[in-house]
Amino acid sequence: MERVPILKIGDILLVSIQVDMSDQTALQLQEDLAERIVATGCHGVIIDITALDIVDSFVGRMLSTIASISKVLDAETVVVGMRPAVAITLVELGLSLNGIRTALNVERGMELVAAARADESPYDHELADESDEAETTGSP
Amino acid sequence: MTAGVDLGQPRTQAIRSDEDVVRVRQLVRTVAVAAKLSLVDQTKLVTAASELARNTLVYGGGGAVEVTTVDNGLRRGVRILFADSGPGIADLDLALTDGYTTGGGLGLGLSGARRLVDEFDIDTGVGKGTRITVTKWAR
Repeated sequence: MERVPILKIGDILLVSIQVDMSDQTALQLQEDLAERIVATGCHGVIIDITALDIVDSFVGRMLSTIASISKVLDAETVVVGMRPAVAITLVELGLSLNGIRTALNVERGMELVAAARADESPYDHELADESDEAETTGSP
Repeated sequence: MTAGVDLGQPRTQAIRSDEDVVRVRQLVRTVAVAAKLSLVDQTKLVTAASELARNTLVYGGGGAVEVTTVDNGLRRGVRILFADSGPGIADLDLALTDGYTTGGGLGLGLSGARRLVDEFDIDTGVGKGTRITVTKWAR
């Protein structure tokens, strides 16, 4: 059985799923992540699904479960990089991905984790200056 | 009944394990690409196949899948047959209801897969096993 690697970057655990996961691999990832959150004390989990060409109900449920487990363990989960065709298919399949935060890419996912932590913190956190993104995104 | 002429030999894959479900996805993707389904249609068909292959394994106790390219004179498509000799489905209407499950899943496999394809045929009965045929046509 293949195992999905979990990388620690600062306060965040990054999981980039690069293989077509069997159900067992998906369940193993769920367990591995829970253990790593506790072992590292990380407050954010980013799951990059850029390489996934489908998300079926099993993987969808795994993502929801990971988000719930992380929440209980005081970590925020953000799923990033969902392909448009995957999003269209998920909606038609009837999966709502309850409780899952999403972002378009890893960078925005990290911003979302930081913002979520800042919101919950009783102290004032200075957010990194993210004003004036000069890039145009092609929207009219 | 579903219309359409078979093109070429069907490709088969046994479903006996988790890893076979992955192989079914890969096989269906290969055939869908060759049949020139759009990316969204490929994604829908592979997702439906993943749900149905898992059902064949979990509820049917394993079985086999047969993937064929078909042509109805107007369009090309991909047809997939999932067959098992498991216990069969006693109440089909209930099994096709969103959220109904006997296996601890989300209950979206059968009903969701039906929404993702163009044609969906099911032949089942208690003690008879289950045969599900789905077709997705290129647009």
